[in-house]
Amino acid sequence: MTTATLPAATKPPRWNFPKTASAVGAVILAVIWLVPLLWALDTSLKPEPETTRAPITWLPESPTTDAYRSVIDQGDLIRWFFNSTIVSVLVTTLTLIVSVLAAYGFSRTKFPGRKVLFGLIIAGILVPPQVLIVPLFQEMTGLGLVDTYWGMVLPQVVAPVMVFVLKKFFDGISRDYEDAARVDGASRWRIVWSVMVPMSRPILVAVGIFTFIGAWNNFLWPFIVTTDPSMMTIPVGLANVQGSYGLRYAQIMASAVLGGLPLLIVYALFQRHVVRGVGDAGIKG
Amino acid sequence: MAVETPPRVTAGTPSTTAKPETGQPWKERWGGLFFVAPFLLLFVLFMLWPIVSGLWNSFFNTSLAGVKQEFLGLQNWRDLFGDPAVWSSLKNTLVFTAMSTPPLVVIALVMALLANRKGLLGWLLRFSYFAPFVLPATVVTLIWVWIYQPGFGLVNGLLTAGGFTEIDWLNTENRAMLAVVITTVWWTVGFNFLLYLAALQGIPAQVYEAAAIDGANGRQQLFRITLPLLSRTTGLIVVLQLVASLKIFDQIYLMTTGGPNHATRPIIMYIYETGFTSYRIGYASAISYLFFAIIVIVAVAQFKLFSGRGEAE
Repeated sequence: MTTATLPAATKPPRWNFPKTASAVGAVILAVIWLVPLLWALDTSLKPEPETTRAPITWLPESPTTDAYRSVIDQGDLIRWFFNSTIVSVLVTTLTLIVSVLAAYGFSRTKFPGRKVLFGLIIAGILVPPQVLIVPLFQEMTGLGLVDTYWGMVLPQVVAPVMVFVLKKFFDGISRDYEDAARVDGASRWRIVWSVMVPMSRPILVAVGIFTFIGAWNNFLWPFIVTTDPSMMTIPVGLANVQGSYGLRYAQIMASAVLGGLPLLIVYALFQRHVVRGVGDAGIKG
Repeated sequence: MAVETPPRVTAGTPSTTAKPETGQPWKERWGGLFFVAPFLLLFVLFMLWPIVSGLWNSFFNTSLAGVKQEFLGLQNWRDLFGDPAVWSSLKNTLVFTAMSTPPLVVIALVMALLANRKGLLGWLLRFSYFAPFVLPATVVTLIWVWIYQPGFGLVNGLLTAGGFTEIDWLNTENRAMLAVVITTVWWTVGFNFLLYLAALQGIPAQVYEAAAIDGANGRQQLFRITLPLLSRTTGLIVVLQLVASLKIFDQIYLMTTGGPNHATRPIIMYIYETGFTSYRIGYASAISYLFFAIIVIVAVAQFKLFSGRGEAE
């Protein structure tokens, strides 16, 4: 391209063609990634007969929100949405509190057996939650926590990775701030909340967002520990939708769109934190 | 480790000396445990205990009701090695892992290279590539089952429009796994993409400026600078991805329920069926342990490989 005519001495050699090509490639890839979502949205706005027409059509001829209305009228989706919100908020809050305290304990205090305990918890990172479903379900039956919020929440709060990531982060915070706070008479408890937490806000936001997404989307455990439809979360409840709606695709896609929308919005709002947080937690951690 | 700070505190603030001194020996020695205690309690209750009770169960003929327990010794473990369903579901898990890991790493890298730009376009690209990752498995599978639908689904619609014959993706033995892999790549590649993107943004601009001054063109910069600098990230992503792929359950359960003819049933689904459909708790626990062992071996082997390479650098 035109680069060749520029004086080579003043500008570093650049090759503009790949830049344009990569932008085009990037956009094509983005479109491919968006098509399934758009197709779902598209289907959900069609009247039922239009969804099963043989040569597929893109835009709905007579767009309608009937599918959304009937899905919402059935009522379950709102109930599941409510359950998902409660479960995800509880999981996120408790995970953050419990992990911050543990990370502080391992990073800044000394007590007998601290290293062994930390090693044990780190080994917990290797334990796939899927391995525990059978004994955990028995335990929940014994505790009477089947079909309860706590039954869904408590096992998800145990996140050894969080303790590990936060401990590493705390290790990197200079002790000078704490010493200053101590001179002012702050207890260690106060130091956690008024020194460590404010100083690690970006990573806590990122960890919090990922915990929230993980909890909202968790399928296997809530699926196993709930049998009562009124206690189900969105992912679990929607699993039965295909069966109960039969072949009404517009309604199925309407519930898929409604089930996916809340997190898409959360993500669009917090994208910056998510991207930066992955860097902090994943690469440096 | 640095020495605890209280001595300095007592020196600095004489008024508070009385308190730490009276409470010190006990508080100093065990106080830290209080911070760890809440996590530890949950860890013991909901991780350690199930691990131990699962192992215990694997030596018994336990049903889900848990009433009659007959000690079997190693019978469950012996059954395990002679059970073709264990091996076929293990094979399906490995096939899925082998098929899904390479695209999930390579496409993520390509996406990161493409989306590492500022401004609105960068934002839009990052949003599109990562958006599917935030969706629940059920939403993803509802959409993709519809896309794979014969007759009026999107994929088959495009195939027939292009003059090809339709494929009943989810009900054909050697196509169903491919369909699940495609869905999985679409759904989860965004996470690896973000890891790569973070690593890319961590490479200082001066490195490229220096290379440009030395006359390196775009291609040379990519292969001589960017990719080598990303090799640690690649290692990390491969480990995380292998372990994640081995844990496959949600998409397959929701898209094919392990069919057709168990051709896609992964090991976790066999555990689930054994425990919750056949109510053979003891046997399901034994299979869980086999799977657990595989995960640990993969993770430890990768870690060894990883840290070995790190030292060599």
